Amino acid sequence: MGFGDQLAQYVISGLTTGAVYALVALGFCLIYNATRVVNFAQGDFLSLGGLMAYSLLIGAGLPMALAFPLAIVAVALVGALLERMAIRPARSRQVMVLIFITIAASILMRGIFKHLWGKQALALPPLSPETPLRLLGATFTPQNLWVLAITLVAIVALIWFFNRTLTGKAMRATAINSSAAALMGIDAHRMTMYSFALAGALGALAGVLITPITSLSYNVGVIIGLKGFAAAVLGGYGSFLGAVVGGLVLGLIESLTAGLISSVYKDAVAFVVLLLVLFLRPGGLLGVKGGNRV
Amino acid sequence: MSAQGKKFFGYLAALAAVLALLPLVVTNPYYLNVLNVVALNVLVVTGLNLLIGYAGQISLGHAAFFGLGAYISGILSGSYGWEPWTALLAAAVVVAVVALIIGLPTLRLEGNYLVMATLGFNLIVSVLMVQLDDITGGPSGYTGIPSLSFFGAPIASDISFYWLAWGAVLVGLILARNLVHSRVGRGLKALHEAPLAAAASGVPIEAYKVKVFIISAVYASVAGSLYAHYYGIITPATFDIFKSVELVTMCIVGGMGSLWGGLFGAALLTPMPQLLAVVEEYKDIFFGGILLVLLIFLPQGLVGWLEGKRVRPGGRAF
Repeated sequence: MGFGDQLAQYVISGLTTGAVYALVALGFCLIYNATRVVNFAQGDFLSLGGLMAYSLLIGAGLPMALAFPLAIVAVALVGALLERMAIRPARSRQVMVLIFITIAASILMRGIFKHLWGKQALALPPLSPETPLRLLGATFTPQNLWVLAITLVAIVALIWFFNRTLTGKAMRATAINSSAAALMGIDAHRMTMYSFALAGALGALAGVLITPITSLSYNVGVIIGLKGFAAAVLGGYGSFLGAVVGGLVLGLIESLTAGLISSVYKDAVAFVVLLLVLFLRPGGLLGVKGGNRV
Repeated sequence: MSAQGKKFFGYLAALAAVLALLPLVVTNPYYLNVLNVVALNVLVVTGLNLLIGYAGQISLGHAAFFGLGAYISGILSGSYGWEPWTALLAAAVVVAVVALIIGLPTLRLEGNYLVMATLGFNLIVSVLMVQLDDITGGPSGYTGIPSLSFFGAPIASDISFYWLAWGAVLVGLILARNLVHSRVGRGLKALHEAPLAAAASGVPIEAYKVKVFIISAVYASVAGSLYAHYYGIITPATFDIFKSVELVTMCIVGGMGSLWGGLFGAALLTPMPQLLAVVEEYKDIFFGGILLVLLIFLPQGLVGWLEGKRVRPGGRAF
């Protein structure tokens, strides 16, 4: 295999994981825009998506076309529940406390997952049979294409939702200025709950897409979630386009350094990138404001 | 001495008295060991609380500073034959420099950039501890760390370490209290209440924030070194991001920004996993659940609650 073929290989696998980071980063972004809270349960939405899909598909024997969307809806409900049961009733409105509420929820959720699905690794089948495809000298599976295509569809759907539907516009209005939105009769609490539901759905989608490639267990989302967070910072925290660009760029950097330099430090690369961004360009690649000095 | 000072030293004397009498009741080495771990956590959390309460910043990297203190001190004394106390000091200096490098660019900025940077830093340190196995012993850990000594007598037993660790806590509390009442402390308090007014009055905000961050990292480093020399073996899992989360949780449950909050939070949460061991199967569910309820309904922390602090209801975070 020549260098060019290798490079094509790394680019494809980088874009695949990058697309998943982008989905996770979008979830972070949604909740951040609605509440200024970094939702540390985002990675657990991913785990739950994979686990629910596994149970509906293998356990309940539903067809994929039914099991996967149902899993995504279920996690969206869990997201809404998190907002309704933990964030909304919180006595303190300090962002710091709310962030730690999501961390506590994350610990609780992982405990529940471990209890229900056990500690062992499970296997979620890919969306279509694993016949290897070849392109530009790179070998890849149809799942790589599925990940990229569905992520693209999800992004287009989000753009449509936020620009063309009343609910989407109301959510944006709340994110921009919640009191002004409330004066226009928008129920800000409800919009925040929708943000959590949508973040849950995006996390679950990422889980259904990536766990056939990685593996599936009760805590698979922790590290992917943190990398999605790094991707969001890289792109410019809170920016939708930034989340997508940050995810793809981070996936590429990770895959290229692992392939061309060393894979030993693969899990550290994303966080080295995170630190470099914070030190050199805290607003992120696409950030415009960010990084105000005190 | 001010009334406040009298109150602080009154509490401190009461704590010292309880600590002096405790070993008469607690003789079981298992419980002594739990008390020792509580002491080390109190030390880290006291430093962390200075950062949260006076610089308004959270660090999710204190387990890494704790771990660097442990590994640097352990390796220097274990592999290179350094005198353990010297190794402890060297580790503290290295950690101070690392904290300076992280704090300088991120604390300049408005917002929670420090929490992101320290989170990333902790994850990198965890990977390094596992991957640099020639130096660190890899995932199974680093062993053969000599214990500290006191005028030639080794501090190896649970009871001798008890005196050392809790002695360090008392010193740590006094130093923290002095910092709060120093020029830096007053400046930071002003910054917390009215940043613009503080800056306009010539408070060097950035320098003070960085200073408090470094001090809090050094608290963690010293606690980590003490930990390494006490156990003689250290493993990377002890210093991962979950430990960082646990440490901040102790601050929040005890009372954010309160000098005594760390003591309460660490004393309550440290033995929790052991207590919950009876329900091993449901440990995380109980721990997460308790934490969630405390954070939702008692965000002012135990100390805040005891002082009758009420949280203003209503309002939104955004």
